[in-house]
Amino acid sequence: MMKLTDEQQAILDGAQGETLAKVMKTLVMYGEAFGAEKMVPVTSEYNHLVTSFGLKMLGPVYDLMNQLLEADAVSKQKFSVDPRPLDPKVPANFLQKLIFNKFMYSKQDFYEDQLNKLGLMEKDAFTCACYMDEVGNLPKKGEVLSWAESSAVVYANSVLGARCNRNSGIMDIMGSVLGYVPYFGLLTDEGRKASWIIEIKTEKKPEAQLLGSAIGMKVMEDVPYIVGLDKWIGTELDDAACSYLKDFGAATASNGAVGLYHIENLTPEAVESGKDLIKENAQVYVIDDAELERVKNNYPVIWKNKDAKPKLCFMGCPHMTLEQLKTWTERVEAGLKEAGNSKVVIPTVFTTAPAVLKEFEQTEYAERLKKTGVIVSYICPLMYMNNPLCAKMPVITSSNKLRTYTTSRYYTDDEILVQITKGGK
Amino acid sequence: MREFKGRVVTPGTVTAEAVVTHEGFNTLASLQKALQFGDKTVTVGDQNNKDLYGKSILGKALCLPQTIGSTTGGMVLYCACAMERVPACLLFSNHIDSLAAAGAILADVWLDNISMPVVDCLGDEFLEYVKDGMKVTIKDDGVVVVE
Repeated sequence: MMKLTDEQQAILDGAQGETLAKVMKTLVMYGEAFGAEKMVPVTSEYNHLVTSFGLKMLGPVYDLMNQLLEADAVSKQKFSVDPRPLDPKVPANFLQKLIFNKFMYSKQDFYEDQLNKLGLMEKDAFTCACYMDEVGNLPKKGEVLSWAESSAVVYANSVLGARCNRNSGIMDIMGSVLGYVPYFGLLTDEGRKASWIIEIKTEKKPEAQLLGSAIGMKVMEDVPYIVGLDKWIGTELDDAACSYLKDFGAATASNGAVGLYHIENLTPEAVESGKDLIKENAQVYVIDDAELERVKNNYPVIWKNKDAKPKLCFMGCPHMTLEQLKTWTERVEAGLKEAGNSKVVIPTVFTTAPAVLKEFEQTEYAERLKKTGVIVSYICPLMYMNNPLCAKMPVITSSNKLRTYTTSRYYTDDEILVQITKGGK
Repeated sequence: MREFKGRVVTPGTVTAEAVVTHEGFNTLASLQKALQFGDKTVTVGDQNNKDLYGKSILGKALCLPQTIGSTTGGMVLYCACAMERVPACLLFSNHIDSLAAAGAILADVWLDNISMPVVDCLGDEFLEYVKDGMKVTIKDDGVVVVE
């Protein structure tokens, strides 16, 4: 049974109104489902919410948000939120636009108004990669969060050393409104120990999105301790390593249910405690190039015509970092030069946070990327793809998260580069 | 006929036909069509789940190890409950995961007149024994009868 403080018990008993009592009841039941014995304060400066889209059919969520607003049960924490589902810059035909604006996301303005009232950090704080410097929602090591968004939670836990469970949408705001979350799972020292050892024995740098997928599908919700990856991505959390881990983590979280990973000699808790983080009798999973190839070849291709010419390419799920935008500008330019083309041969959209986009536009790279024909957008490609019209389109991506949730087809970064610059010739 | 003893996560009793997955149930990928595009049969759209892809789970006893995937999962399950486009009950062989727990608990606390009983910790043997089409009954105390 959960032991509540007098103040928490009073809230549960209705001393601060029926709505806050329900918020407390929700969190108590949530904690009890996982054997939590107490609540602990949320200590991060900002929260992060996963629900960013004004989908007409999410009426029950808006009703719940209204109940919170009407009861003035709003958080003292400001928050960022996942990306917007629409951007006029992203190619869409007349019918698609009609479906997006009139049927699917017709509640977008209404919902964004609700988010503003609930405490959005700033009007453009819409990104899944809120922890990027330019966005500024960067929790410190040891801080307790009430975040959702699987890719952000796994990054905050693993790369930043913050403490957060894989909270669901709506549960994210409940903890923030109350200022407390139940103490269990990834908030505890024991819950952060690894029950899998992953040995990386590849002959080349493993593709981040593929490696994450393989590990996610193997360990599911367990914590993996990864050995041998520092050989390929180094022992410093520099921009390139952080970009790699962003993509790697998103794949572990979406292809499985990983909320925390440790990378030997790189991530903060692994640097601090090393192999002491590994539980007794941990299982071992060895990954070599053949294993990654096996995982990749096992992905189903659900295009009606498997040989269809791709009509769109999405990169940036999760949103690209400034470092990735710059690197990819150079890669696309070099690819086009080699192919003898001046512009990409498949409509290509790179997605990033509004704040990163603003920064990118201040650099010389923005004009260079524009010349290649690549569009840079703040959209959520997942939300774009989630309708029958787009689902029928042959879309390619190097995001394993996008592959998992949509009909898009996965290719490695190198393969994508060939497709968009040479057209698979 | 066999009985399995689990733990009650959200209360309720029900009898329904089993539909079984041995892989993680990806809530967002599975229920998107039902929520966004009016698929009233609640047909699973997750291409990665070979046990469930293309099957209707509406009103069924969904037997599963755990849910996986995006943290919209609980919210998606909550909305599906509000729209009555859900299985009759969820029966987990493992300990429930945080996303499914959120969806089930949110529905239990915030929605009136909605019941989707959830029992977890039924054990690996439960998932080995139960097959698609079997009759499953949840009793008050977390006992699940499969016949």
